[in-house]
Amino acid sequence: MASTEKYLRKTALPHIWCPGCGNGVVLSAIVRAIDKMGLDQNKTVVVSGIGCSSRASTYLDFNTIHTAHGRALTFATGIKLANPELNVIVITGDGDATAIGGNHFIHAARRNIDLTTVIFNNSIYGMTGGQSSPATPINSLSTTAPYGQFERPFDIPALAIASGATYVARGTAFHTEMLTNLIAKGIENKGFSVIDAITQCPIAYGRRNKLRTASAMLKWQQDNSVRIEDSKKMSPKDLEGKMIIGELYKSEAPEYTALYDDLIKRVQGGSK
Amino acid sequence: MALNINVKLCKGCGICVEYCPTNVLALDEIGKVYIKNISECIYCGRCEIRCPDFAIMLTDDTEKTGRGDNK
Ligand SMILES: Cc1ncc(C[n+]2csc(CCOP(=O)(O)OP(=O)(O)O)c2C)c(N)n1
Ligand code: SF4
Ligand code: SF4
Ligand code: SF4
Repeated sequence: MASTEKYLRKTALPHIWCPGCGNGVVLSAIVRAIDKMGLDQNKTVVVSGIGCSSRASTYLDFNTIHTAHGRALTFATGIKLANPELNVIVITGDGDATAIGGNHFIHAARRNIDLTTVIFNNSIYGMTGGQSSPATPINSLSTTAPYGQFERPFDIPALAIASGATYVARGTAFHTEMLTNLIAKGIENKGFSVIDAITQCPIAYGRRNKLRTASAMLKWQQDNSVRIEDSKKMSPKDLEGKMIIGELYKSEAPEYTALYDDLIKRVQGGSK
Repeated sequence: MALNINVKLCKGCGICVEYCPTNVLALDEIGKVYIKNISECIYCGRCEIRCPDFAIMLTDDTEKTGRGDNK
């Protein structure tokens, strides 16, 4: 689709990601979602943290900023507050968003600030060679869990909902079209939106966990996800170990920058 | 419609080969994708959407079918 090519910094390609890495698939879903929503390239900012996934901002031709590990949401909050007219999209990894950046994540959600956060959730710290993240599934092998992960992982959508996000969805790199639509709806929501994008890291996760190829990992995503509509007809037993995908939550709440604007008006008596 | 492959971007992951419904694509001896039989292509775009490397694009330019640099 040549129409999305204009959003890529083609001279920066090929990207650094390993063969079969799902990050490129999620990136292309983001680009198609932006195209679908018709966002103005000059009024769109992409903010990322640190990690393989966060490299995505390098390849996108918008106003982009590649920040510090875990801090993408803090930069994004500042940018949105300084100029609420900008569309701000945050790209982050499961480690970036929920380990080192976990506190920023819950508070951005609590504030319901109008940011669209796409979490490239590959269940692992990819960039640093395969340490467990807070999203590593139980019994998975990682360099920090050589006998199997025994800690419970975060359910990232549940964390986002409990913290106050007003749009929460989960998609996968296998369900490419659905992922595009979920991101587009996240952009549409005037508030804090979270898209938990399950993606494959064949190198730091797959190789250790009997999913040696990208295709095997995509098949795993296909076999282990259940659309939310279908999940309602299934028993808890049948849903055990499955990922529920689709639009998981949507609500209305006052948006942070709008509240802040109101505050300025109130305190300054209408003049800004 | 044409299918254009940018060999420089292909990393040979095989995803497009696996997911092409009509078996149009294959990997060559150095692990880069090539078009095996274009006559079978239904231009569904699955290869483009699934490729993590932006190495396959459907274009309107029929001249481009083949393996080019996509410039
Ligand atoms: C303050 C700080 N601590 C640790 C690191 C090392 N580090 C770089 S990326 C990363 C984890 C990346 O994992 P994730 O966010 O899940 O992204 P992925 O690489 O899997 O896409 C860590 C710990 C760092 N760069 N900065
Ligand atoms: S280590 Fe994993 S996440 Fe990082 S580029 Fe390689 S496959 Fe992708
Ligand atoms: S467009 Fe469809 S049929 Fe043609 S090569 Fe790609 S996946 Fe195969
Ligand atoms: S999906 Fe893309 S990178 Fe992978 S083999 Fe096909 S063209 Fe090459």
